[in-house]
Amino acid sequence: MGKDVLTGEHFIHGDAACAEGGIAAGCRFFAGYPITPATEVAERMARRLPEVGGIYIQMEDEIASMAAILGSSWGGVKSMTATSGPGFSLMMENIGLGMMTETPCVVVNIQRGGPSTGLPTLVGQADVMQARWGSHGDYGCIALVPCSPQECFDLTVAAFNFSEIYRLPVFVLADEMIGHMSERVVIPRKADLVIVDRPQPKVGKDKYLPFESSSHMPAPMAVTGQGYHVHVTGLTHDERGYPVITDTVQERNVRHLVDKIRRNAEKIIRFETLGIEDATVVVVAYGCTARVARQAVENLRGKGYKVGLLRLITIWPFPSALIRSIAGRVKAFVVPEINYGQIAYEVERTAGGAAEVLLLALMGGSIHSPEEIEEGVAEFL
Amino acid sequence: MKFWRLPLDSEVHSIPHGTVRIIENRCKGCGFCIEFCPNGCLKQSKRFNAKGYHPPEVVSYAEDCADCGLCSLICPEFAIFTQLDEAKKITESDILKVSTRYSRKDKRYVKS
Amino acid sequence: MRVRCRKLQPFNKEAADDVIQKDHGLHPDDKYLKPGRIPHIWCPGCGLGVVLTTFIEAIRRKGLPVDKCAVVSGIGCTGRVAGYLDMDTYHTTHGRAIPFATGLALAKPDTSVTVFSGDGDLFAIGGNHLIHAARRNVNIKVICVNNFNFGMTGGQAAPTTPLEAKTSTTPTGNAEAPFNLPAVAHAAGAVYVARWTTFHPRQLVHSISQSLDKKGFTFIEAIAPCPTGFGRPNKLGSGLEEMRFYRENSEIRNGIDPGLAEIKLRGKIVVGTFSDVDRPDFLENYQNNVVSKVLSKGDKPGKGRAA
Ligand SMILES: Cc1ncc(C[n+]2csc(CCOP(=O)(O)OP(=O)(O)O)c2C)c(N)n1
Ligand code: SF4
Ligand code: SF4
Ligand code: SF4
Repeated sequence: MGKDVLTGEHFIHGDAACAEGGIAAGCRFFAGYPITPATEVAERMARRLPEVGGIYIQMEDEIASMAAILGSSWGGVKSMTATSGPGFSLMMENIGLGMMTETPCVVVNIQRGGPSTGLPTLVGQADVMQARWGSHGDYGCIALVPCSPQECFDLTVAAFNFSEIYRLPVFVLADEMIGHMSERVVIPRKADLVIVDRPQPKVGKDKYLPFESSSHMPAPMAVTGQGYHVHVTGLTHDERGYPVITDTVQERNVRHLVDKIRRNAEKIIRFETLGIEDATVVVVAYGCTARVARQAVENLRGKGYKVGLLRLITIWPFPSALIRSIAGRVKAFVVPEINYGQIAYEVERTAGGAAEVLLLALMGGSIHSPEEIEEGVAEFL
Repeated sequence: MKFWRLPLDSEVHSIPHGTVRIIENRCKGCGFCIEFCPNGCLKQSKRFNAKGYHPPEVVSYAEDCADCGLCSLICPEFAIFTQLDEAKKITESDILKVSTRYSRKDKRYVKS
Repeated sequence: MRVRCRKLQPFNKEAADDVIQKDHGLHPDDKYLKPGRIPHIWCPGCGLGVVLTTFIEAIRRKGLPVDKCAVVSGIGCTGRVAGYLDMDTYHTTHGRAIPFATGLALAKPDTSVTVFSGDGDLFAIGGNHLIHAARRNVNIKVICVNNFNFGMTGGQAAPTTPLEAKTSTTPTGNAEAPFNLPAVAHAAGAVYVARWTTFHPRQLVHSISQSLDKKGFTFIEAIAPCPTGFGRPNKLGSGLEEMRFYRENSEIRNGIDPGLAEIKLRGKIVVGTFSDVDRPDFLENYQNNVVSKVLSKGDKPGKGRAA
């Protein structure tokens, strides 16, 4: 058997780092369908999983890939898939099934320019809202946005941990730039990695409620073959998993799916800041855009301007409280993103008029230059 | 089907006999058990069950039930099943019954 | 934003258990059924309950422990089968039972995974998954209940609706030719292919038992009456009359080329076990062609490879 955690220094691209992060976190099943720029995740998995006792399967499409990882997760195996825009769209119905059935798994989306086939080989960040609202109905979700190959590794591990704790499909929303960028990636020793496994039920079959909703945490998860005989359905269901098509059960069911994320948001949200304490203008950025934004902020600070950077690591749940707390004391937020306004709307909404918001939009295919961001910030200096 | 004498191996064979159990309130009155019971043991009752259907009931020659299990297999509602009673040796009256039973049923099964 | 919701009514386990106590356990099959789930939702005269019973009987005959069985369904009247069985059951999305089951069967190779779903689910929206799972020979047992229409949504045309048959979306008669399901499954690579009707419960039990013994992708078509969706517009009468029709018009022809088993409206129905072959399943091929090769290459797992 090969090594699951390749401890050491590597020079690999973000896609490969996502795959290694998954394997290090315990992923032993990958189902996918080739799509640029996420194919390299699948390729790495195809080579690596059999080394560590896992299974790689290339499905007939992304719908099947998503369904298959839900099935294997219920078979008790940590599972993931990786795709890009068109495939992400196809996965949406079964992502909803995963949300409704509280199934842990990880979906990596290496974003490219859209809509439709768009820019297969070039960068985009326009699936941010799709990750939040892409499947129909209400549910809470977690999306992590790496800004380097190192973070592709780290955040894929984190995504698995969140998925096991909160029992839901978790998104790693990388982008083509990060996915295809090769950099130094340090993989820690296995003993130094924090790996969380889904809690197991401690009570007998007659007491166990697989979809318990009374606390804001999911129930422990009994998988196939443990004798609990859980019924797992995408229909509105009660705490036993039995379908009950009534408004009262819908009320409990859906509020549980939303609240288990909403009420735990403070524990989930991750971000990084640079100089926001004294800033009069704060740049809010994520993914590859955050790398340029950091450069721009550092340049401006070097020139003595009070500019800060808020780099989002989780975009969902969105750090609304943080934005609100900054909004009162800054003049403006500048939001560079490779779409025509997605996170900028969230910033504007949560700032609630207390600060101005400037969207620096790019439609995809290239990233901002530091100068473009500096010029945007300069409007408020 | 007519036998002109007791089969020579009747000593080694026995006829299983079943008691029919009907969970009346589960029945949706589809009639499958009544129609396909090979021994014609069942008929539709005049009673209404809680769902408003007429559940089957056992006809007077209920001892004909051979516990073949078809009714419980073909019932879509888990509403009927049989329990095996003691098997009994074949007697001459059984042979007679077999012939009458088949003529009672669908004509296609009567070979003469 | 402040949020005001309705007061939640908490789940009352005692009350739910009470309902269960009332009726559960009266029938010998009840021990294979989830407590408190019967009566099921199917119409009077619907054949789905018959197919469910035959599945239970096959499990009983094989003596398979229920902890080693899992059932995956898609969406539709047939999709509800999973929810009634007291084992690990999965009611997935429309058409996606097979890929879900693929993941489950690969993750849990010691579990017998059965897919129970409708003809629309498996051959319209899920058709692509079916042929690919058959091609890969994933170890899943498919039981496809064919009622010649989309029952759950109210009797629309399905890929099995015979030419000229009436449904709510083909009011003047279907203009499309149907799939011959066993032929499709066979051509795609299923290792076991059979067709029976609900008039043949014993044969169904036998076929399901046989398929449970096989390793690989098996396919059983169970033709079932749908008096509500298909019987009514085509004047086929009640479920019982459809069953009588099967009795009069079924022709058992084991071993024939399933291509010869096409079904026409009011035509004869060829039933039987059409094929039963052996070939390595997905996991065996994966072991031989991937895992053993990777491991024999020596223990040098992707050391710092720049991929
Ligand atoms: C993606 C999607 N499209 C459409 C539907 C609506 N729908 C529910 S069941 C069904 C057809 C089911 O037909 P079949 O598989 O033949 O099962 P039956 O009800 O006849 O047993 C359809 C179209 C759905 N649930 N999901
Ligand atoms: S067990 Fe057989 S003979 Fe007895 S009632 Fe049922 S179908 Fe008839
Ligand atoms: S087969 Fe079952 S549901 Fe149908 S009439 Fe008989 S007992 Fe009732
Ligand atoms: S609509 Fe048809 S398939 Fe659905 S329950 Fe009724 S009879 Fe059965």
